[in-house]
Amino acid sequence: MSINATPTGADVAAEETRRPAAVPKQRGGRRKPPLSENKKAERKLGLLLCAPAALVMIAVTAYPIIYSVWLSLQRFDLRFPDQREFIGLENYVTVLTNEFWWTAFGVTMLITVVTVAVELVLGMGLAIIMHRTLVGRGLVRTSALIPYGIVTVVAAFSWRYAWTPGTGYLADLFSDGAPLTERASSLAIIMLAEIWKTTPFMALLLMAGLALVPEDLLKAASTDGATAWQKFTKVMLPVMKPAILVALLFRTLDAFRVFDNIFVLTAGGNETSSVSMLAYNNLIRGLNLGIGSTMSVLIFITVAIIAFVFVKLFGTAAPGSDDGERR
Amino acid sequence: MAVETTTRAKLRWGLLDVLVVVFALVPVLWIASLSFKTPATLTDGNFIPREWTLDNYRTIFHTDQFVRALVNSIGVALIATLIAVVLGAMAAYAISRLDFPGKKLLVGVSLLIAMFPQVSLVSPLFEIERQLKIFDTWLGLILPYITFALPLAIYTLSAFFKQIPWDLEKAAKMDGATQGQAFRRVIAPLAAPGLFTTAILVFIFCWNDFLFAISLTSTERSRTVPAALSFFTGASQFEDPTGAICAAAVVITVPIILFVLFFQRRIVSGLTSGAVKG
Repeated sequence: MSINATPTGADVAAEETRRPAAVPKQRGGRRKPPLSENKKAERKLGLLLCAPAALVMIAVTAYPIIYSVWLSLQRFDLRFPDQREFIGLENYVTVLTNEFWWTAFGVTMLITVVTVAVELVLGMGLAIIMHRTLVGRGLVRTSALIPYGIVTVVAAFSWRYAWTPGTGYLADLFSDGAPLTERASSLAIIMLAEIWKTTPFMALLLMAGLALVPEDLLKAASTDGATAWQKFTKVMLPVMKPAILVALLFRTLDAFRVFDNIFVLTAGGNETSSVSMLAYNNLIRGLNLGIGSTMSVLIFITVAIIAFVFVKLFGTAAPGSDDGERR
Repeated sequence: MAVETTTRAKLRWGLLDVLVVVFALVPVLWIASLSFKTPATLTDGNFIPREWTLDNYRTIFHTDQFVRALVNSIGVALIATLIAVVLGAMAAYAISRLDFPGKKLLVGVSLLIAMFPQVSLVSPLFEIERQLKIFDTWLGLILPYITFALPLAIYTLSAFFKQIPWDLEKAAKMDGATQGQAFRRVIAPLAAPGLFTTAILVFIFCWNDFLFAISLTSTERSRTVPAALSFFTGASQFEDPTGAICAAAVVITVPIILFVLFFQRRIVSGLTSGAVKG
């Protein structure tokens, strides 16, 4: 340990904090090289371990999204491949002046806002039940996980048949016949299906926040005579704020992608298409890669704006702002 | 007095519990009920079948269309899960344990991908996969599945890895193991429950996908069950496919129900820890 005792322990420590990543070239020194070699090996291993995941993620998202920008600047209809040419922003003008796009955009926004708002309320209720119930906690949690885990398309078929006149147990609820053939009722059913499917996920995220509420704080509030509502708003909500924001962010962006339920329930009929549905129709049904890609890019930009606003508004509370990432 | 209030509280919670259970189960029971109905009673609107039959199940298991789709679903989901969990575990270990440049970037990128609108990838992937000749193949689906499963895997696994007693790793290194050996011999066995939970979550994600499945496939060669459902016909083309669709829907719901029944605790802890603390 103390053969070459010239530098004191403190000096060595200071030296190390000044240049922690430096890798000494000489291998003769007895004290520092092992640490530095370790550091070097650690960096190398870290990069090596992350490389495959990073490569796959970038190859399958970054490259295609750039390619999709390139496609969106071309007239490119697979049915008329000869007419493929560079047309600048013409596709964007076409889409942004198209009423179907704006109808779909409105529908998507409506679904996003309504479902996320309802889910926040229901999800909070469900989270409290799952967290605090005195009986059957396992049963409640298990049941709540079923909507989360079930294939969205399966659930959508269940809702579709439930509202189909003659077949369904819900079809007669409203007297005027087939609810999935009218716009307002179709949208309501789409939202119901979305809410049913994703409330449990919202609740689970909120439950993680509930677990952080200190039990003795609640007890103290009780002894001070706080009502249940006061305990909720004054004690629980402030502690849960970060969890709520994370849940809202995730669900908002997820809700904006709504596709499966609409595809099965109405196939986008009666002006119930979401932007995802419209992009899909232009691409797969219409085989118009130019217009389809333009919509893809526009959806990407919209989602980026939503995410940006969330992160700006809530700053450090957003996930990935890495207070949990340090060891 | 105290006993009485707890009984009443219990009753109130019990009532709420029942509400949740009914809310969660009715749509599932409904599609199961439809799958057991005979063609004659299919449109009677009754919640419980008046006549029970297994014909719908016999029909779907005798059609190539469904069996092939089921094989595709299982194969694609299993392979994608395996790869995503292995790659995710490597990255999560590095993130939670090692110091290296670009760590924050990786965390940021995975977060971005978790929020990425998948439909934005459909058009470019459609074209790229056609050029690479992997359109309508298992690989064509597995690639996007891995990509979107990786953020989930990385977040969940990092959260699990942070709870592992790392002194054991130090002890192993003290005994002369390298960083890599410490990972394989000491940490991997400790991390197994976390890996398993992550695998379930990732599998559910892949099993669930519809958008990629319907956009990046065009034939039975690689179409998975969720996508195949919308192309279903009955035993003959002129038959109402409702019963067959419901039976197929029930079949692909069974694994989910089993996961949830047996691993409820793990799934809940995986979702909550990964989502918030990650």
